[in-house]
Amino acid sequence: MTTLLAIGTRKGLWLATTDDRRTWQLSEPHLLMHEVPAVALDTRGGRTRLLVGTRSEHWGPTVVRSDDLGATWQEPDHGAIRFPDDTDAALERVWQIRPDAAERPGVVWAGCEPISVWRSTDGGEHFDLVRGLWDHPHRSEWGAGYGGAAAHTVLPSPVDDTVHVAMSTGGVYRSDDGGATWAPRNTGISAYFMPGPEPEFGQCVHKVARDAEDPRRLYAQNHHGVYRSDDAGDTWHSIAEGLPSDFGFAVLADPRTGGRVWVVPLVADAERVPPGGRLAVHRSDDAGRTWTTCGDGLPDGHWNAVLRDAACVDDDDPTGVYLGSRSGEVWASRDGGDGFVRVADGLPDVLCVRAARLP
Amino acid sequence: MRVPRALAADLGGARETDLVVTAAGPVSVREVLDVLAQQHPALARRVRDERGELRRFVNVYVSGEEVRRLDGQATAVPAGTTVEVVQSVAGG
Repeated sequence: MTTLLAIGTRKGLWLATTDDRRTWQLSEPHLLMHEVPAVALDTRGGRTRLLVGTRSEHWGPTVVRSDDLGATWQEPDHGAIRFPDDTDAALERVWQIRPDAAERPGVVWAGCEPISVWRSTDGGEHFDLVRGLWDHPHRSEWGAGYGGAAAHTVLPSPVDDTVHVAMSTGGVYRSDDGGATWAPRNTGISAYFMPGPEPEFGQCVHKVARDAEDPRRLYAQNHHGVYRSDDAGDTWHSIAEGLPSDFGFAVLADPRTGGRVWVVPLVADAERVPPGGRLAVHRSDDAGRTWTTCGDGLPDGHWNAVLRDAACVDDDDPTGVYLGSRSGEVWASRDGGDGFVRVADGLPDVLCVRAARLP
Repeated sequence: MRVPRALAADLGGARETDLVVTAAGPVSVREVLDVLAQQHPALARRVRDERGELRRFVNVYVSGEEVRRLDGQATAVPAGTTVEVVQSVAGG
């Protein structure tokens, strides 16, 4: 069984493959000199489709796809994501590409900058703007995080028409009707950077992940704060106790084991480096009640951040865990994060990683 | 129109293409780019975003002048003129 790891960087895409998740073969660069902030591996239906959000400093953003592992790339002449004329908006960056559940073949979601969510029904070849969120009365009050104003997380539920979106800054929004209508779901999440009581929305949630066993259970890494919700986001409770810091970008949930979650803490908002320069993942097997530091093989003396999509899990057993750093290094674990091997180094800043077994 | 090497793939490998633009009065850069969008939409959206704005680090030259220093996309294009698309010095 071959596992594919897609590595999106500030200057292109690299693909790594392995048959044992221990020894990896790294490709030549694809889409060189294009920033790759989003990548998805859609293996539904026995086909592997790479969907890549790219952005050229000169020529703008777009989504390209490949059905032959990067040998050739395609995109529609008019672009896969194109703001309608009446919006007076232009696509700035694709932050997230998310294939839906196997039961909804062809459906792919995208989260973009400016803050917007898009839905494709043709496997990511063309996307339609999700008007219910774009026309939301809160939109004019959503702000920009340091990296831009973006919907960076889209989480369709595998069991019903619920979709969660997280944006910076705006927080978590949930639709219960497949994207038609949306409401903020941030009760309990701190917005320490805003004066007054906690707002209904405006939080800077960095990433949200869904539990494997209970689709109503969510985990969130906030801009300071690590949270769990047991009611699909209606209320959130801190699970940061036991972690060295409550700041970070990534949160991962195991796709096959309920209650198993990983975070990659950084010291603080004003100190975005691993505590003590020791890169580590912290794993919980009880939905965030207790945490274990792990990550043998990850480096000491490492003063770079793991960004929100530069961490992922695969669909193998046991679950693989993958990290990429702004240092251009990428590591893989095939034992749930206990030990890592280095897949690549010397790459440009890693912006996103995604891994999957090839059908 | 002449384009940089980076965009040649969107012209089938060529660096130049002839565009026929008909207008009642003087032809503008906007009208030239509108014709480009009809004939080569993939190339055209590298030059302008979906609002029709020139991308920030794309420069368009008419008779040796960058159009932002003239009248922007309203800049007149004399018949037979080569409109040049040039990437600006940007990035790291």
